[in-house]
Amino acid sequence: MLAYVTTFAIDGVQPRQVWVEVDIRSGLPTFTIVGLGDTAVRESRDRIRAAILNSGFKFPDGRITANLAPASLRKAGPGFDAAVALALLAASGEVPRDGLDRYAVFGELSLGGELRDSPGALAVAEGARRAGCARLIVPSQRAREAALVEHLEIVAVSSLRAAAAVLSGGEPPPLPASRRATPRPREAMDLADVRGQDAPLRALQIAAAGGHNLLMEGAPGTGKTMLARRLPSILPGLERAEAIEVTRIHSVAGVHADGLIEARPFRAPHHTITASGLAGGGSPPRPGEASLAHLGVLFLDELSEFQRPALDALRQPLEDGSVTIVRGQRALRFPTRFMLVGATNPCPCGFAGVDERCTCGEADLRRHQRRLSGPLLDRMDLLVDVRRPADDELRAPPRCTSAAALARVVAARERQLRRLEGTAARCNGEMDVGTVRACVRLDARAEAELGRAYAVGLLSARGRHRVVRVARTIADLEGHDRVRQEDMLLALSLRQRSGVEAMVLS
Amino acid sequence: MTGRTARDVRACPDCLRRTWLLGRLAGHLDPVRDRIDPLLELGDDELIAAVAGARVDEVAGEYRTVDVAAARGHCAEAGLEAVCRCHPSYPDRLRDLVAPPAVLHVVGGVDRLAELIASEPVAVVGARQASPYGLEIAAGLGRGLGCAGVTVISGMARGIDSAAHRGVLGVEGETVAVLAGGAERAYPASARGLHRRIPQRGALVSELGPGTATRRWMFLARNRIIAALSAMTVVVQGRAASGALVTARRAGELGRLVGAVPGPVTSRLSAGPHELLRGGAQLVQGAQDVLDGLFGADAPALPDRRRAALSPQLSALLEAIADGHEVSAACARAGLDVDSGLAGLASLELGGWLRRGPGGRFSVAV
Repeated sequence: MLAYVTTFAIDGVQPRQVWVEVDIRSGLPTFTIVGLGDTAVRESRDRIRAAILNSGFKFPDGRITANLAPASLRKAGPGFDAAVALALLAASGEVPRDGLDRYAVFGELSLGGELRDSPGALAVAEGARRAGCARLIVPSQRAREAALVEHLEIVAVSSLRAAAAVLSGGEPPPLPASRRATPRPREAMDLADVRGQDAPLRALQIAAAGGHNLLMEGAPGTGKTMLARRLPSILPGLERAEAIEVTRIHSVAGVHADGLIEARPFRAPHHTITASGLAGGGSPPRPGEASLAHLGVLFLDELSEFQRPALDALRQPLEDGSVTIVRGQRALRFPTRFMLVGATNPCPCGFAGVDERCTCGEADLRRHQRRLSGPLLDRMDLLVDVRRPADDELRAPPRCTSAAALARVVAARERQLRRLEGTAARCNGEMDVGTVRACVRLDARAEAELGRAYAVGLLSARGRHRVVRVARTIADLEGHDRVRQEDMLLALSLRQRSGVEAMVLS
Repeated sequence: MTGRTARDVRACPDCLRRTWLLGRLAGHLDPVRDRIDPLLELGDDELIAAVAGARVDEVAGEYRTVDVAAARGHCAEAGLEAVCRCHPSYPDRLRDLVAPPAVLHVVGGVDRLAELIASEPVAVVGARQASPYGLEIAAGLGRGLGCAGVTVISGMARGIDSAAHRGVLGVEGETVAVLAGGAERAYPASARGLHRRIPQRGALVSELGPGTATRRWMFLARNRIIAALSAMTVVVQGRAASGALVTARRAGELGRLVGAVPGPVTSRLSAGPHELLRGGAQLVQGAQDVLDGLFGADAPALPDRRRAALSPQLSALLEAIADGHEVSAACARAGLDVDSGLAGLASLELGGWLRRGPGGRFSVAV
């Protein structure tokens, strides 16, 4: 007897349709699974046998062959268990075969016959809808996530027995409610928690408004991390399509709990992370921190401590907004459009510019600078110095709230969208040289200040481009059509500097 | 030998032999470098007898058969010009030394060197392991003196020396680096850029011939050349027993002016300059002090700082930074909000009033 069930393999973050075919014929009892599966797929035979028997079904005697088609696609992980088990039950006549083609099935089995939580349900649901399936059977833990896909009926079941009951014509169980009591805990982080830090707060707002990457420099304990964690609170909320994109990535990576992710992601990997941990990789390829921060914030604390290969691996994600991983003959694409926020000590001991405690010599400063410099620093439009707030500032009321800042950011972003219509950029931080030339107008005095900064050697050609982008964002925050002198000066004071060289050379 | 090399290497056979001898004995001189000054005052035969040890006969034999023409050829090949102490274009200031260098090897031209040191050159020397404060001051002195048309002499070492050279080059001024080893090679290697740029506007000078590897006694010998070539020696930072201090003492003994830049009393790097100040050295707070010391009433005034031209807010901001306040406190004192305060600081930086060091700290430009 022969039976088919549709399921999906996850290729990067994209679903790929897989047909599970099970054939049972008489002969010595064997159970083989073919179709380029990994160890987890080969081991699924034992899980499936136990799950079927423990669910009270009969395990058929005979030669059982399961094929995962297309045979050329490499399949990894335990997510095919339920599909193979149901196809086997259909082939042996335990569940009806009629109507099985309307279903897609996804999930891992336990020996007792329960459906286990499996990562990637959202991507599978999207694939099921695209493949024209009417119903998708998923583990109940993943029901709300899969239900984000419209025009697809989600059957959330907790066991193989329940899944078989639905296939036999039973009523699907109701969708479970969200398990999370307090949604979006990160929103609790507010700029109102910050005392003093006028310049860093301003830089955060500018960064949020223009989508500029930001570098914070300051001694240990001055609040760089605290400030960075509050950046998502002043970024505009995710649109539904964006939220689904983020949820899909987090779901595939298995770091997501439940439902739709509505807050912008904030990822802060430790500085010991490897290149593939940061940009994505491994076998099977998994999204890295850069993809998990997609449409959110990637925060690299102690930037100078990261391994050079790891930072270099960020080059492509920053430039292209996606990372491509090649495995065998196939290339996988993970999206990586994030805001990069770096934090670093100004020198190896951390006290340069603060007081005479700094014990670093010129050579130490140079080495520190060299560790930092390179492609990453080129991408940082803004640099702000974070200082220890003064005593009276600590006791003063907060300078601004996230809600007020967010309103200004949203208004500034709308201005940008209008101006950048018809270009590839969505915000000032994404403007290339041509777009800047076409879209940014400076008034005469701003132009003069920029020329002066360039003439006295405070700016490189690339630095000049960065300053103009930032000045444009400041003008957007202020509601000016042309970049004015004060916008330009503020942008110049927050410019990226190259430490020792700027100090000694110019 | 071509006419060109004959013109460019203005050195007599005796002096070339002396230079060869120093190179030959380089390894022998290192262990006795604490007596380097009296040793360099010895004649050639006495010097061989004093330091060559068991190899006296061997070295003396080689000394008698030195190929002077080949030595000239080596100079020309390395792109060096040379002038010996028997030649009229040898710098007169060096003749004040008991043991003036036999031959000066010059990248950039002997005649150019004479022009560079014709008026009143100033040496700016100091610690290798300098602090950002010292580097900023050294670069500031370089800029100021470079603007005033004063040649700045230093040793191209890391730290203060390099910062001073860079300051001068930044304003397209003139500077001379006196090197310990052969003038054709960049030492330290990190100064490659300076080694390339200095001869374009100034000169590189050394006592030792081309191809001589740098040894520790050469730094001490080099210091006496810096002290003698300069009309004034300014020490920016240096510990109590530093080479910069030795240079300053030599300058004092030669009757040259000595200046010192004070530093924080908490730093060991201030010990050298403070000791000099206690001994009567001139207090140097900026290039103008150096110019006043050199030229007295005739000192050229550095470009007027025109503080009066600043707006009251910018003026107040500058004062607050000069008093050592942090950015936020300085803005508050000037009555400016964060935007105008940061913009004001940028404006002051563009105008050359303020400079920004590591960690974003603003300091008043010197």
